[in-house]
Amino acid sequence: MRAFALVMLIVAWLTAPAVGHAAAPAADVERALADLAGDDAERREAAVSVIGTTGDPKWLAFLGALREGSVYARKKGGQLELLVAGAKSTQGDKDVVEIKTAYDGAPLGTVPVADLIEVAADRRLRIAIKPFLDADETRGQLASPDPNVRRGAAVKLGNHADAAAAPVVEAALAKETDPWVRHALGEALALIRLAHGDASTRLAAAATLGGLHSLSALPALKRLEADTAASAAEREAATAAIKRIERWALLTTTLETAFQGASLASILLLMALGLAIVFGLMGVINMAHGELMALGAYTTFVVQNWFRAAWPQAFDAYFLVALPLSFLVAGTAGLVLERGVIRYLYGRPLETLLLTWGASLIIQQGLRLWFGAANVDVSSPAWLSGGVPVMVGLTLPYNRVFIIGLATASVAAMYWLLFRSAAGLRIRAVTQNRSMSACLGVRASLVDATTFALGAGLAGLAGCALTQIGNVGPSLGQNYIVDSFMVVVTGGVGKLAGTILAAAGIGGLNKGIEPALGAVFAKVAILVAVILFLQRRPAGLFATRGRNAEA
Amino acid sequence: MGAYSRRDFLKGSLAAGAGVAALGGLPSILTAQSKEPIKIGVLHSLSGTMAISEVSLRDVVLMAVEEINAKGGVMGRKLQPVVVDPASNWDLFAEKAKQLLLQDKVAVTFGCWTSVSRKSVLPVFENNNGLLFYPVQYEGEECSKNVFYTGATPNQQLIPAAEYMMSKEGGSYKKFYLLGTDYVFPRTANKILRAYLLAKGVPKENIEEEYTPFNHQDYQTIVGKIKRFASGGGATVLSTINGDSNVPFYKEFANQGLRSENAPIMAFSVAEDELRGMDTSALVGHLAAWNYYQSVDTPQNKKFVNAFKEYCGKNNLPGGAKRVTDDPIEAAYFGVYVWKQAVEKAKSTEVDAVRKAVYGQEFLAPGGKIKMDEANHHTYKPVLIGEILKDGQFKVVSRSKGLVRAEPWSQYTSPDKGCDWVKEKGTYQKKA
Repeated sequence: MRAFALVMLIVAWLTAPAVGHAAAPAADVERALADLAGDDAERREAAVSVIGTTGDPKWLAFLGALREGSVYARKKGGQLELLVAGAKSTQGDKDVVEIKTAYDGAPLGTVPVADLIEVAADRRLRIAIKPFLDADETRGQLASPDPNVRRGAAVKLGNHADAAAAPVVEAALAKETDPWVRHALGEALALIRLAHGDASTRLAAAATLGGLHSLSALPALKRLEADTAASAAEREAATAAIKRIERWALLTTTLETAFQGASLASILLLMALGLAIVFGLMGVINMAHGELMALGAYTTFVVQNWFRAAWPQAFDAYFLVALPLSFLVAGTAGLVLERGVIRYLYGRPLETLLLTWGASLIIQQGLRLWFGAANVDVSSPAWLSGGVPVMVGLTLPYNRVFIIGLATASVAAMYWLLFRSAAGLRIRAVTQNRSMSACLGVRASLVDATTFALGAGLAGLAGCALTQIGNVGPSLGQNYIVDSFMVVVTGGVGKLAGTILAAAGIGGLNKGIEPALGAVFAKVAILVAVILFLQRRPAGLFATRGRNAEA
Repeated sequence: MGAYSRRDFLKGSLAAGAGVAALGGLPSILTAQSKEPIKIGVLHSLSGTMAISEVSLRDVVLMAVEEINAKGGVMGRKLQPVVVDPASNWDLFAEKAKQLLLQDKVAVTFGCWTSVSRKSVLPVFENNNGLLFYPVQYEGEECSKNVFYTGATPNQQLIPAAEYMMSKEGGSYKKFYLLGTDYVFPRTANKILRAYLLAKGVPKENIEEEYTPFNHQDYQTIVGKIKRFASGGGATVLSTINGDSNVPFYKEFANQGLRSENAPIMAFSVAEDELRGMDTSALVGHLAAWNYYQSVDTPQNKKFVNAFKEYCGKNNLPGGAKRVTDDPIEAAYFGVYVWKQAVEKAKSTEVDAVRKAVYGQEFLAPGGKIKMDEANHHTYKPVLIGEILKDGQFKVVSRSKGLVRAEPWSQYTSPDKGCDWVKEKGTYQKKA
């Protein structure tokens, strides 16, 4: 039965483009349709093969409808006529349905459901239909304008390694221009040859697969290596290819882990940057930092909805607008918070801690009331979905590449601002000695307000970026605040360099041990490591030294 | 003004006076009592982390109560729901359950979602002989005299899904990545799945098992592992990842270049209600296994879906007419009707009588006919495999032949145990 289906498949593959669009079904198809309406399971199955073998897209659409269960039959002049049902509706007390012809779907009007006989597709029939539809689907995918879809189809063909698919893959390879799809097609072709070729073809295929660094070929190559029926040369070729592929896999895994570490580190850095500035330069423990991030995330959500409603054609650009806007919204909220309440409590860390915690609850509940308790959906723009394949076996997701870039840019901007600009000079002056700076004409309160707003704005920016990798909900802030504090405390209060190094260390360590220990224990291990580290260096990586250091 | 106004009081005492005058007191009090409403408890978290899921169950239970009351109630008595909020706090669940049973003296309680909340109320219901209808699929290995389980057991969800993935129709997958959130349901589910796969001849090295913490967001490493696991084809992911974490997982999965046609994800905890407010573009084409979908095409389901949307819109519930139904919502809904039928059969709301009347009870639920088991307190249900569509709905791609009987003790992990409250006393050892 399986071999039979395979043969049918081959015929379907080969004959598909050649078949014309005949108006009247051929005699064998006519007979098959009659069988299909009967009850004999064997004959029904054979009928599916006959219809599928035509390779005619319209008959394949009919098989699709049959699998969906929307094929019916009705009596017409002593014979059964097969129909495809469309939309159902209710007219008066009767259920009626639109019907179309089986072959080209020409509408035949609306009839009561009760007049039709259902032609059910049971499990056996659905299994018989599947290869025809799959073959058709794969053919469609190979012709798709999207290279990712073409590549997926090529990978699928390689995994199935059907001998029949070889000419199709060759034809596709001749037309293909995208290097990654070409690679996948070449891999598929070599896999098919490895599975079905003679000894010399297999030898060449094994060498090709080794050269392509094909991870997908490992199981097949290992089988060949262990195959005692194969010649020594073949087995040697397989061993050499396996070695090559495994070396390459080690390289890609290492690079991948490094990239993942960098990605996690930049997320941690983005979250902690604003907190570190406010905490370090002003001595305010801002418990509302996470909620300011949530404000940024919700700003992104709102901007997305504007774009969706007003400029759907420019939807992909929404994120570029959301990025500065979330900085401004969160920054303004921070400014209001600082001017409104925090400034009365400078120098009283416990009170500010309680106050900002209260503010965080207010913001959180406000978001919940305004947007609802459920998460909201933020779609990624097309340019942040998917990934860029950089080498065989390594794809870097765009959203993570973007966040690494954003974190780098933010840190560079902060460095410039704090150490290269006049405003930064004033911030540092106030941090070191508030009363002396005030004496020398620095408006300390203005500096406080701008610094706090800046920290809040950075939180908003982080929130905006996080919409691309995580969930957006009212409790978003709480999920991230602990990690942010961990980074700031480990880095040492008030030191930008410490924050950067701590983010890199925690991110890298986490991703380094996760493959071995799993996500749950990696998290535990990180917390233990941080605790042990703080035991040895309570002030963090970069302790503030000198006269203004607190005891 | 309180619920009992002065006018009511006057009316009440006048009626009582007339009653006393006419009949001599006692009988009139008895008839008054039998027309009193029946109190039923609703024990779902309305705040805290589980509120997102559980609020919908409260809504649908109240809707069923409204429907029943509009048609004259149960045995001529109206239902009076007592809604409490255990706030996603497991200790509070036990406390609120106690309050419902001892203080409000409810005839039946509809409630709980997570297994830990059910485990925490279990002793309360057993010690006070209460009655709980539990509407969510769960890991099994439980057989309580005081609970009726209207959700699926592992053999009504996990096993058929794995079977489907291994079948020719499902794609003949040979390698299985079991991925879950780290708590009791995924751990037990994966234990059963692993035992099943091993029994079906899947070699040990073709099964991978992995867990993530709650609210996990960073799936880079795991997706990288799956990618290597799936190279060479024939691999599928069986996912018991819960709630929030699904969005970052599916997103990362798509971004690293994995596609549903080469490595599909079969999910056991993603339903329509969770897909509300998710960007579903990354989920399209992946699969799920449930006993009901909103898209099930039956007349009674159309009526149910419309009634629920109308109910939510009419009562100004969040989401309003955009609300969707899903498997636990349906199970919570028909639970109320099963209880009503049992009460009418037993002609009493007394727990022991109702329990016996529930056995073998049939009901035409929105998803099709269901039947309560004759002995094991669980439910015969159909099993449906669905494919996720762009609009957050599911297209049914495979359905079980008829109804599947629930096995609270999986034959793959506890082949020697059974659950029977008619011939045995709950969980029993099967004879070899």
